[in-house]
Amino acid sequence: MIAGILQYEFLQNAFLTGIIIGIIAPLLGVFIVVRRLSLIADALSHVTLAGIAASLLLEKKFTGLAGLNPLYMGMAFSVAGSLFIEKLRAVYKHYQELAIPIILSGGIGLGVIFISLADGFNTDLFSYLFGSVSAVSRQDLWTILIISVFVIALVVLLYKELFLLSFDEEHAKASGIAAKSVHFIFIVMVALVIAASMRIVGILLVSSLMTLPVAASIRIAKGFKQTIFLSMLFGEISVLGGLTISYHIDLAPGGTIVMIAVLILIVTILLKKIAGMRPA
Amino acid sequence: MTQPIIEINHVSYRYEKENVLEDINLTINSGDFLGIVGPNGSGKSTLLKLILNLLKVQKGSIKLFGQEISRFKDWQNIGFVSQKANSFNTGFPATVFEVVSSGLTKKLGLFKFMSKADQATVLHAIESVGMHEFAGRNIGELSGGQQQRVFIARALVSEPKLLILDEPTVGVDVKNVQSFYEMLDDLNKKLGITLLLVTHDIGTISDKVTHVACLNKNLHFHGNTAEFESLNINEMSEIYGHDVHVLTHNHDHHDHHHHDKGAGR
Repeated sequence: MIAGILQYEFLQNAFLTGIIIGIIAPLLGVFIVVRRLSLIADALSHVTLAGIAASLLLEKKFTGLAGLNPLYMGMAFSVAGSLFIEKLRAVYKHYQELAIPIILSGGIGLGVIFISLADGFNTDLFSYLFGSVSAVSRQDLWTILIISVFVIALVVLLYKELFLLSFDEEHAKASGIAAKSVHFIFIVMVALVIAASMRIVGILLVSSLMTLPVAASIRIAKGFKQTIFLSMLFGEISVLGGLTISYHIDLAPGGTIVMIAVLILIVTILLKKIAGMRPA
Repeated sequence: MTQPIIEINHVSYRYEKENVLEDINLTINSGDFLGIVGPNGSGKSTLLKLILNLLKVQKGSIKLFGQEISRFKDWQNIGFVSQKANSFNTGFPATVFEVVSSGLTKKLGLFKFMSKADQATVLHAIESVGMHEFAGRNIGELSGGQQQRVFIARALVSEPKLLILDEPTVGVDVKNVQSFYEMLDDLNKKLGITLLLVTHDIGTISDKVTHVACLNKNLHFHGNTAEFESLNINEMSEIYGHDVHVLTHNHDHHDHHHHDKGAGR
């Protein structure tokens, strides 16, 4: 396979993109999970689907737009969706979680309409739903690389604030840090990373790459930094392992990546059980 | 020389029609350890909110560190441990060190990282609440009392001169309350931090406090603890508006007198 990677550009694209999202998806995932916002990733991924479908539809109806990369429209929709979620959370102060199903169903509804309007882009759509080793373009890779540099830099620079906001929102606000702005930046980053990740894992499974590695590491990690580190490690193992398997036996990588992440999760739960049974 | 840290003069406060605080006068001097007791609904949290400038003074005046509260800027001199601190997500994967470090967030400012000196400050704060052995442990693994200490350390890390504690012994094991107060006593005596503690439970006010005040719309200031202890049950009932049952830490039986607390002094 190494020879294959050296030889074929599409494999380089897939693996490099995979390595990048294996880091950034769990990185943001840690903050999402501890803030109990796991379902936001799901809602936004479905909004991203609407964006992808809209882009594919435009491409079909207007030949002039043939070169348009659906990733961009997906990102635009995802970011817009994240802003709507924030608006809705403010509207439904006492039912904040209601924002998620509203956006999620809105996203699917819109996506389904676009898909049915442009019947016939099945194979392409399939790769967006479940990920693909062969569909990642060089342009995708560059876009995702730029996003990840941006996201990693922001997380490093705003680490203190993000930590405090996650651990104790009340205290964060009381101590006078710009909680609202930090949260806003965070949610936009999540939207971008979801759109970036869907190329490899697929829209339906993006949220799993943000939550499963975190779910595993949270069981065994000491402290927040270690949780982040282990989540990225587990994410990386899942992505690389999943891509390798899917390449060799020609499966959709989304499924293989997620199954490896689930396997890691099971192993950590069992390890913790065994460690717990051992007399201290 | 004692310097007044908080000066409250003729402060009254009302929510719509109801008077919550009436003509409160209180001075807390540097080095004091004041315990304010009052039943639920006595205006304790309103008084705290006024001191923390979360509510605006309607009548009277409050001075902090000699400065009118509306013009007061040095909020880093005041540490606050809220009652809600112990209702955090106990499954949160953060070590004691990380939680205490988060107390420096505002002080450090945006885009700044912790220096070696800051890390030493954090360790020092953890040590001052007697939690150094637990610095690397996840916060969720600790008992309620230990978690409370961690939150105090988080408040201490920005080196406040005044520490305000709202119901700090809620969630602390009865048998650990005494050592909790000893820790507060150390902060007060060794580090010279002025302490203001608010509780609804007279029984948890320890002999470690230097002054006691009772609040129920009006404030009855009793000066030192000895004076408070000499209060008879009738005066106590007057403040609380019903029969009071005072629980002491050192005894298993219920007692109608707030006595014997000075035994250790």
